[in-house]
Amino acid sequence: MSIRNLPRLQHIIASGLVAAVGLWVAWISYTQQPTEAFLFPRLISTVFVVLAFWTFAKALIGLTKVGAGLNAHTIGNLAPGLAVALIYIFWAARGLGFYTATTIAFFILLSLYDPAPHNALRSWLRRTIITAVFMAVMYGLFAKLLQVYTPREIFF
Amino acid sequence: MEFLFYFGDVFTPVNFALLLVGTIGGLILGATPGLSPTMAVALLIPFTFKLEPAQGLILLGAAYTSTVAGGAVSAILLKIPGAPANIATTLDGHTMAQNGEGARALQLSFLASAIGGVFGVLLLIFLTPLLAQWALAFGPSHLFWLAILGVTVIGSLDSASVVKGLLSGCIGLWLATIGFDDIMGAQRFIFHPSLGGGINIIAALIGLFAIPQVITMFAKGRSGDGAEVIKVQKHSIRKAIAEIIRRPRALGIGTAIGSIIGLIPGVGGQIAGLVAYDQAKKFSPEYAKFGTGHSEGVIAAEAANNAMVGPSLVPLLTLSIPGSPTAAVLLGGLLIHGIFPGTDLFDNHPDVAWTFINSMLIGQILMCIFGLYVAGMAARIAQVPQSVMAAVVLGLAVFGSYSVQSSMGDVYVMASLGVMMYFLERFGFSAAPLVLGLILGPIAEANFIQGSMIASATDGLGPYFMTGTLNIVLIVLIAASVAYSAAMELRNRRTTSKEDLMI
Repeated sequence: MSIRNLPRLQHIIASGLVAAVGLWVAWISYTQQPTEAFLFPRLISTVFVVLAFWTFAKALIGLTKVGAGLNAHTIGNLAPGLAVALIYIFWAARGLGFYTATTIAFFILLSLYDPAPHNALRSWLRRTIITAVFMAVMYGLFAKLLQVYTPREIFF
Repeated sequence: MEFLFYFGDVFTPVNFALLLVGTIGGLILGATPGLSPTMAVALLIPFTFKLEPAQGLILLGAAYTSTVAGGAVSAILLKIPGAPANIATTLDGHTMAQNGEGARALQLSFLASAIGGVFGVLLLIFLTPLLAQWALAFGPSHLFWLAILGVTVIGSLDSASVVKGLLSGCIGLWLATIGFDDIMGAQRFIFHPSLGGGINIIAALIGLFAIPQVITMFAKGRSGDGAEVIKVQKHSIRKAIAEIIRRPRALGIGTAIGSIIGLIPGVGGQIAGLVAYDQAKKFSPEYAKFGTGHSEGVIAAEAANNAMVGPSLVPLLTLSIPGSPTAAVLLGGLLIHGIFPGTDLFDNHPDVAWTFINSMLIGQILMCIFGLYVAGMAARIAQVPQSVMAAVVLGLAVFGSYSVQSSMGDVYVMASLGVMMYFLERFGFSAAPLVLGLILGPIAEANFIQGSMIASATDGLGPYFMTGTLNIVLIVLIAASVAYSAAMELRNRRTTSKEDLMI
């Protein structure tokens, strides 16, 4: 889909959200105390708001030329992977333990996006081996070499 | 000639081993489509925590140099540039590979990269100390404008839309203010406990560069049509060396253009490669052969994108203004070791500065040697499926950001910023100015506050920040970079509109 054909609404929503953040930053910067601590944020937020509303106005009148936006096909492709990644990061890494969660997430993502057929035993064997090798490397690098202590909950 | 004094430090066993690891690893990462040099360097930063500052920088510098050169492998054999800097290389390099001259193209690209790269690092060696001394003349108002210049130059030149580029820079500057204020200790924008200590720069860098790439790979879905690697025929290295010697024009144009463009903050290797290719074509008597698998095209493009690497570090090491997004990540690597670029670096840590710079010189030669011999192997790695790459990069990003301070908060910040950046990029915003804002924000604020204090005791805010030759020069440069980019954007739009009408 060309940029010209993109639904204007997408750009309006995106630039509207950025403008809302800009307004919020400006409001906090100009209302919070002590003034000295918010001097620099005031300066930035003023420019932020001006540029954000410029972008928003351009989106409203349909003059936005840059940005490919999102289409249903892209969203459909990325949604499962993004959902797995977010669950892994925001819940499983702490809830299940870092290495366990990483192993599960890695294997699921690999299986979700691997073009190899799902009904072939060979594909699943290959995915299992790749996951095992990756986890061994990660454990060696982070636990042994860098000695990073991970939050060990149910599993390690 | 101070750099010669520290030359031996590059050859200590640990330093040299790190240089080898960085070079070989960088070549492989560079050859892998989807892994940009910036992302590769960002993902490597956590591995430098346990190292001495010089050792960490050797690893990062070697990776930076060789990822740019390694990107030529996939550009030539797959027609997929490993990095934006290698776009121009695909124009003739891939055609050469299709004509059964893949090995010749690869050999020429690594030789040209090494020659351009060595010249670029020599510029870094001789220009940096001079500029570092000049930087002593900079007061708080100048440093404030310099930081703003860094953000605006990258914001306007690195983005398709000037306004969105500058807005990205503003978002970065705002993110830099999150946390406790240094002077009053006031809480600013702490809307989640994870942000109490502010945004950790390394976690942010990993998130902003790695996560959008991961999501982009997800967005491609289960595409099974992996790129086909062209088989590399054998070709004599001696013949390649002889050919490089016979093509001084393309080599000279590439090296000169890459070096000049590298010195301009924000322009980057992509522009260097394309401009050098274009100029080499214009000055060549065989210009009609360009695009049909002509070796001069590969030589000019590769000499330029590696000649750019050294000079892109000059503004970083002297004035804290990174010349490219990857240089911005290197700045993060310096700051985590408590080292500030400029005179502090050369006066208080000359061993770190010179060992790092010397290692880049040796790294160019190592890159060439390994590139010539392992290029074929690296091409096989370039075929790693996107599904594996996405999962590997995500895992490295999570572990890397966690290992910064052993804090889940950093992982949350990394993921949140990364997801936000992916969606912002889809709507024309850019990661490079946002990162620059985040890195240069504290420098800008500290100097703004210091300058305000001096101003209130002297002439007042306006005269202090807006008068004086250096202040005016910097303000003019900021205005000129924005105006130039805006004019180019308008011109491009008009050209596009005319092309649309013709269609």
